[in-house]
Amino acid sequence: MAKGDVQLLGAWSSPFTNRVQMALNLKSIDYEFIEVNFYSNKSESLLKANPVHKTIPVLIHDEKPICESLIIIQYIDEAWTKNGQSILPSDPYDRAIARFWAAYIDEKWFPLLKELGKESGDETKAAIMRKIFEGAGLLEEAFVKCSKGKEFFDGDNVGYVDIVLGCFLGWIKVTESMAGLKLFDETRTPGLAGWAERFVSHNAAKDIVPEPHKLIEFYMMVQAAKASTG
Amino acid sequence: MASDGVKVLGAWASPFALRARIALNIKSVAYDFQEENFLVTKSDLLLKSNPVCKKIPVLIHRDKPICESLIIVQYVDEVWASGPAILPSDPYDRAIARFWATYIDNKWYPCLRAILLPHREEAKKTAALEEFNHELALLDDTFIKCSKGQKFFGGDKIGYLDITFGSFLGWIRVLEKMGNISFIDESKTPNLFKWAQHFSADDAIKDVLPETDKLLENNVHNRRVLECSLLANTIDHM
Repeated sequence: MAKGDVQLLGAWSSPFTNRVQMALNLKSIDYEFIEVNFYSNKSESLLKANPVHKTIPVLIHDEKPICESLIIIQYIDEAWTKNGQSILPSDPYDRAIARFWAAYIDEKWFPLLKELGKESGDETKAAIMRKIFEGAGLLEEAFVKCSKGKEFFDGDNVGYVDIVLGCFLGWIKVTESMAGLKLFDETRTPGLAGWAERFVSHNAAKDIVPEPHKLIEFYMMVQAAKASTG
Repeated sequence: MASDGVKVLGAWASPFALRARIALNIKSVAYDFQEENFLVTKSDLLLKSNPVCKKIPVLIHRDKPICESLIIVQYVDEVWASGPAILPSDPYDRAIARFWATYIDNKWYPCLRAILLPHREEAKKTAALEEFNHELALLDDTFIKCSKGQKFFGGDKIGYLDITFGSFLGWIRVLEKMGNISFIDESKTPNLFKWAQHFSADDAIKDVLPETDKLLENNVHNRRVLECSLLANTIDHM
């Protein structure tokens, strides 16, 4: 497929963009990456591609836009069935479980990390951290059940839940350095600790997950920009 | 247990449980329905089947639990693949159906919730109503694009988006009766108006869509018995 047929509107710092990049890599799909400056003025091309939410990422395939990262990943899996391994499991029950954990990660767990970044009170932060650790415990159990003793949530290969969770590893490391704590550590969550190391060095992910120091720089820059505009 | 061991843990008034039931009806799958009295207590089976969220609906198939209404609908579609398809076959159309289903749950449903709860301030009530009407107008427009001139969001038969949105019809009717106001009507939302008539009359729907008066009684009873915040939690657990 020619590169021009597939475009991804996104941002290097966005884990939601990163997971789509990983999905495209898993399927060896050539695409044009269009960096969008999503935290200031939204570009015309973004507003045209995603008029409802005005958010990235947006995948444009044969001029048709697809929005929402989890929906994009499923689209990629369904539109390119002949390219490489499936991203979602083939068994319907395993697919339901994968979708469940993807929804949990996006709707319940990752928002806690964002909340932690916004709060300043020690007690509030401690309460949020407790919930984050509880969630990590659930994800550890999920890993054990889904992986069935193998390297990734999807088994031998990187799959849906791997990229849905793995895309956050850069921001998880930022949270860890700011909080002085390890979220996926060898004692509490040994499965996830091992999985995280394997994931970031996997071909699908290794040039995609941003370095934590770059994310910190980016975070500082956005905070400064917000402060100056009031 | 019914043939092939299919059970739904739900509540008759819950739009989310209704989605699971409609999907099974479309596929002509027999199932046992276990009513959960979630306002009072959660059954052991529910807590065991959905330990993470402790919510209904849960589909139990061959002793394995599946949670979250839209995940259940997709599971039903994939397992009973020989029955009428719920999601479209084209990947792009599937992406669009999933997009609007997510929109309904994440953006539209909070507006419905905001109106169901009693408001103390008139200004907030007015704002909630305006937003709700705005969202319905957007869905009316979306219907035109998705249906491509046919009776349902899914085309000539009920599909994913019909189930996702249609499961709320009972509660929309309750709001209309409570507020003596019309939300889905011929002039404001002409497409949704016609769609609602077709949807309610469909074989897969008509025996499971709760009656408005029964829902109204249920809501009034709940509002008398519970505090506001508890009702909000209740609706979240439906």
